[in-house]
Formats: sequence, structure tokens, C-alpha cells
Amino acid sequence: MSGMNALLAVILYIVLAPIIGGLISGVDRKISARMQGRYGPPILQPFYDVFKLMAKQNIVVNKHQKFYILCFLIFVIITGAIFFAGGDLLLAIFALTLASVFFIVAAYSTYSPYAYIGAEREMLQIMAYEPMVILTVVGMYMVTKSFNVIDIATYDQPLLFSLPGIFLGFLFILTIKFRKSPFDISMSHHAHQEIVRGVITEFSGKELAMIEIAHWYENVFLLGIVCLFFASNPIIAIILALLTYFLEIFIDNNNSRLKWQSTLGSAWIVALILGVGNIAFLALL
Amino acid sequence: MSYLPKSPWLVHYDASSCNGCDIEVLACLTPLYDVERFGVLNIGNPKHADIFVVTGSVNEQNKSVIKNIYDQMADPKVVVAVGACATSGGVFRECYNVQGGVDKVIPVDVYVPGCAARPEAIIDGVVQALGVLEEKYKNMGKVAK
Repeated sequence: MSGMNALLAVILYIVLAPIIGGLISGVDRKISARMQGRYGPPILQPFYDVFKLMAKQNIVVNKHQKFYILCFLIFVIITGAIFFAGGDLLLAIFALTLASVFFIVAAYSTYSPYAYIGAEREMLQIMAYEPMVILTVVGMYMVTKSFNVIDIATYDQPLLFSLPGIFLGFLFILTIKFRKSPFDISMSHHAHQEIVRGVITEFSGKELAMIEIAHWYENVFLLGIVCLFFASNPIIAIILALLTYFLEIFIDNNNSRLKWQSTLGSAWIVALILGVGNIAFLALL
Repeated sequence: MSYLPKSPWLVHYDASSCNGCDIEVLACLTPLYDVERFGVLNIGNPKHADIFVVTGSVNEQNKSVIKNIYDQMADPKVVVAVGACATSGGVFRECYNVQGGVDKVIPVDVYVPGCAARPEAIIDGVVQALGVLEEKYKNMGKVAK
């Protein structure tokens, strides 16, 4: 992608991603409510929540936590910017991991026992999903011989047909990334009860709003990766991403939370069988 | 106008209640009443909450807990006392260990009567609390300026 187009894509991403992410989150809450037989909140409810949090008093436990949360938001935005500029997919994944590390450090910096437990569970989640994320990128490289998103996106055949195992494995860890049951062990977006509020217990006001916005950016980036599996036809790719999200909502509403042992074990088994199996199959061909 | 009335998150504390009012509070979340259509979430964390819903009367054991939860909430915040016990001590007000209603410990903005308070009355109380919340937000801005 030429410099000008890349810049335009990044600006579009920074402006549109929170709007799209917030709308997806609103539709998510509505569909979840309908699945439970309730009427549900308005579609714009996530925006109301964030605007309200902006107006609230900001209670800070440790003055450094604001900096860490800001870094979390910035690195999530950088992740998406690298991705939508057509840059290195591996670098984008590493930037997202760095963002998660800032999030965990922010939780640890509050010295709260509840945030500690949340942060530890968040680390377990990273351990659970990271192997499959790396295998996804490796699989895409083996087919297209490039780590650049622009080369993967313009590859002439849909990746889904050569990477079906990796796609299913990625769907599995998306449940963890979207913080959906049965794997929402560190925090959840719906009114599920946990150990107080998990990793976000000590954040209020503007910081909580920033965490929420960061998740909108992150969700758009993750759905972008789903789109890469069918990038040769953008319309089918977007339908695939929306279907994926609907499937995640469906799974969320049909499962209760599992223990962290099950999360870690099942995610690694899936990565081993579907991820490594798919890559081994490609290598042997 | 702020967005506070469109997204009230509440924290619910059971202060020596008989569980009658608690069950009615939880009934508000069920498909029949579904308070989430007003954006209300039962958040379970005082630091995220805007509305503090207390059921039951105040005694020596729980008065520090009520005060602690109230102090941890971010401004602007409102308190809704649900049920006869939370508003005045109810039938337990003469007991040697009971101090009375929630207003003995923290300032209460809305009183919801009833034993047990009906879900409709609780929702009405929360909606009235939203008006108080908006007013508090305006005053908060004035003090800051």
C-alpha cells in the first residue's frame, strides 16, 4: 500500500473503529438480552456508558495507574494502525501483547487483592490464547509467504480453504479475547458476577472509559483478522466476521464460566491439534 | 444534560434484611421487568456504581460496611433505601441491636416503602433517584468552577 493510502487507512481506523466497536458492543447486549427473553438496552447504550464514565469523579488508587491505562489504550490503537496500514501482522500481534501487559501492570499497581486475582487470571488468559495467535500468523505466512497484512489481504485465494484448522482454532481463542463465557475468567462485559469486578475492580471514571474504548478498538482489530481469512472477497469477509461475532454471543449465552485450568488446557489442546495439525499438513504438502 | 440518567449502574447491599426486598430487587433484573432496558446494571463494585441500593435495617455489625461502600463510590452518587426496614427500621426498630433506617449512617436520597417493596416501586424509586443524580452532577460542576 502506498504511503498516502496507508495514512488514510490509519486515520479512518482511528476515527471509525470506536464507533463500529461501540455499535457491535451495543448490538451484542441487545442480542444477548433477546436470547435471555429480555427487551434489552438501546443499541447506543455502550456510548451512554462511556460518556457517563467521563463525567464521573476519578478515584485514583496509585497515580501511575493512569499512565499504564493510557499506554494500554495507545498500544491497542497502534496494533490496529499497523494492521490497517497493511503492516507486519507479527508486529501488530506483539503490540497487542504489550498492551495487555500494560493492562496487567495497571491492575497490579493498585495493590488491591481483587485486582491482583484479576490480573493473575488475565495472565493465564494470555498464556491460553497466545500460542494459537502465533500459530495463526505462522499459518498465514506459510500460505502467502509474507507477514505483511497487505500481501495476505491481496492473496488471490481465500485463506480459509488452506487454513480451516487454524480458522477454527482462532475462533476458539476469540471467545477468550472477546471476554465471553465460558472463558471470561478475568472480567466480563455483561453483568456477570465475579470476584468483585476482576481485573478492572480498581478503575473508575475516565480510566474505565478508556479501557472500554480500548476494547472497542481491540474487537475491531480481531474481527479484521477474521476478515483476512476471506480477504479476496470483502463482502463475504465482513459477513464471515459478523457471523463469527454472532457465534461468540451464542456461545456466551449458552455456557457458564469454566475454571482457569479448563481454559488453559482446552486452549492449548485446540492450538496443538487444530493449529499445529494444520501447519504440519501444509508443511507436508 | 449529562448521560448519567441513561446509564445508572447500581450496587446492592443487604444490610440485615430478611431477603424479601433482596428478592424483589433481583426480580427487577428478570425478563418480566428487565431494568437493563433503562441501562441499569447490577454492577457489584462500589467504585463503578452510581446508585447505592440498601435493603434492611442498620445495626452495629453493618454500619461500618454501609459507610465504607458509600465512601468508595465515585461522585455523583445517590442512595436508595428499599423497604420498610431500610427507610425506618421497620418492625425491628425497637430491637436492642438495631439503630434504625439507613439514614442514621449515610444521607439517603430516595425512600422506597413497602414490606417487601414491589419491583414496580423499586424501579420507580430508581427512576426518581436519576433526577437527584442529575441535580447532584450539576451542583458538582458548580463547586468545581
